[in-house]
Amino acid sequence: MDLVTFKNIHKVYEMGAEPVRALDGVDIGFQKGSFWAIMGPSGSGKSTMMNILGCLDRPTFGQYFLEDKDVSKMADDDLSEIRLKYIGFIFQSFNLIPQLTVQKNIELPLYYLGWDAEKSAERAKVLAAKVGLETRLNHRPSQLSGGQMQRVAVARSLAVDPHLILADEPTGNLDSKTGDQIMELLTELNKEGTTIIMVTHEPDIAAYAHHRLHMRDGKVERIDSN
Amino acid sequence: MAIHQSKIARNIWLGIENLLLHKLRSFLTMLGVVFGVGSVVAMLAVGEGASKEALQRIQKLGSNNIIINSLKSIEEEGSSTQNSHMSIYGLTYLDYERISSNFPNVQQVAPAKLIRKESKAGSNILELRIVGTTSEWFKLVPRQLLAGRVFDQGDVDNFSAAAVLTEFGARRLLANRNTIGQPIKIGGDSFEVVGIIKNEEGMAGNIQIPDQQVDAYVPLSTVRKYFGDIFFKRTSGSRTLEMVELHQIIVQVDDVKYVESTAAGIERMLQNFHKKQDYVMSVPLALLKEAEATKRRFNIVLGSIASISLLVGGIGIMNIMLASVTERTREIGIRRAIGAKRSQIISQFLIETVVLSTLGGFVGLAMGIIIPLIITYFAKMPTVITMQSVILPLFISVGIGIVFGLYPAINAARVDPIIALRHE
Ligand SMILES: Nc1ncnc2c1ncn2[C@@H]1O[C@H](COP(=O)(O)OP(=O)(O)OP(=O)(O)O)[C@@H](O)[C@H]1O
Ligand SMILES: [Mg+2]
Repeated sequence: MDLVTFKNIHKVYEMGAEPVRALDGVDIGFQKGSFWAIMGPSGSGKSTMMNILGCLDRPTFGQYFLEDKDVSKMADDDLSEIRLKYIGFIFQSFNLIPQLTVQKNIELPLYYLGWDAEKSAERAKVLAAKVGLETRLNHRPSQLSGGQMQRVAVARSLAVDPHLILADEPTGNLDSKTGDQIMELLTELNKEGTTIIMVTHEPDIAAYAHHRLHMRDGKVERIDSN
Repeated sequence: MAIHQSKIARNIWLGIENLLLHKLRSFLTMLGVVFGVGSVVAMLAVGEGASKEALQRIQKLGSNNIIINSLKSIEEEGSSTQNSHMSIYGLTYLDYERISSNFPNVQQVAPAKLIRKESKAGSNILELRIVGTTSEWFKLVPRQLLAGRVFDQGDVDNFSAAAVLTEFGARRLLANRNTIGQPIKIGGDSFEVVGIIKNEEGMAGNIQIPDQQVDAYVPLSTVRKYFGDIFFKRTSGSRTLEMVELHQIIVQVDDVKYVESTAAGIERMLQNFHKKQDYVMSVPLALLKEAEATKRRFNIVLGSIASISLLVGGIGIMNIMLASVTERTREIGIRRAIGAKRSQIISQFLIETVVLSTLGGFVGLAMGIIIPLIITYFAKMPTVITMQSVILPLFISVGIGIVFGLYPAINAARVDPIIALRHE
């Protein structure tokens, strides 16, 4: 069964005379438990696709189903709730909140879920241990290396047990060794059942995924699978 | 141990934590509200203290009373210094009788004839102000009786040589001798001390309180009989002869609502019988109303100054919060991506602003309470902190946080997470 289904998704940016068709009729289903890499040249629409997948943006046209919910027409607050409960984000530039400690960063989604402080702290500790940062709970992001920051981001994305993890170039700011460590972590999560969709330029990173989706000019060019 | 933190308390705590990240900045941002609230509380305390004192003193004169004093008219004052003729002026016994009988709302009238006389008891000498009056005096100028009795109508009818002293006079003249029934000499004549009362002195508004420390109250009939109506007045160097029948008349009206009309009636009557303006009327009620009006005006002025300073404080806070929202665009984007609703972003920033302004309010309040204490201590000015002057600024500082925090908070919630996440 598909976790995410795109039906004829368009995203058009009206810029001046010539509208930019960032996504130009994408039809695709991402199966539950699958591991995808989205590839393609710069400007081909990868990030736009991720934003729509992550309910940060709405398509100009077309339908988007998450499980059986049509999220393409949802109101802003409902999209926030979908993001909170179903989706975990990992970004190229980590996007941790600098003034919060590692523990508070990991707890952030739980805070919005309304968990009490004690339960959240326990969960944050478990997750930090899972990504190997149990000794860094009280550190601030600025005191961590890039790889460590990305692991905090992974732990944060896992806080609410998301169905879907979206990673836009998660290894883009990391050296290849640290990048591989993050990929191993993601592979492990995928094995535990989480659906993962990531954007990458690097073929050896894309090799961790089961399916590679190649984009060109807002369209799906081809898909190859292991 | 599970301590359940309420959601609001937790949010407030998060707000405080965020403000603590930039201690100096938060403190500086707060200053506008601190000084605003501080000056409001301090000004209210000083204003309240001044008006309370004035009101209390005026009320002591009796809001039902009208006080008429004899006044040496200005032309009289000028001519009397040239040669030693006798100046005749002031209220008369007839005035007293007319006031007593011709005005339906007049309840009681106390006349007073004031003469300075040297008095002796044994070897003690004290210059007393002899107040020749009737028993009504003690009802219109009610003072605590410390010993003995005050004189009554009988004493007035019988020309009794009875004197009521103040506590001050009794101490000076009689020292520690048994006071009641003591004979004292006033200007050569012998009087018996029948009672001792406590006294007040000073000014109420711009009216002299009728009694003084050195008063000796004697029946009016006795004073007239012993001392007459003509006496010397010592002015710088020369002595002038003056004839004044009554120096003061205190009138009590039966109801506050007739005070002004009765005062006007008496004024008209006096104008008829006096060729010169040789008397002056004071109406404590009018003063009271005036004092209250002054206080209202004062409050309006204070309120305007306060609003301006609080407005400035609020704008300062808004300015910093807007800058803070811009600075934290990325953080907002992260929170929104993770799943924070717009309303949650609004409340986060709003709580931060309200915490800041309320904290400023508390610090300002402390300042506003300490400053009046210092003023009272050094300037000996009365200040009063009322419940209202404490609670109002606190509500206002919370209000400032909400009003001036709302726009930055809404701005924060408007941040587009996609753009914010790209923001470097
Ligand atoms: N907010 C926007 N307004 C206008 N045009 C946009 C906007 N966002 C993206 N685009 C355009 O849409 C197209 C797709 O952009 P997108 O960011 O999805 O590319 P990408 O595949 O992620 O590229 P890269 O590999 O460089 O990250 C580009 O031509 C881009 O200029
Ligand atoms: Mg991109």
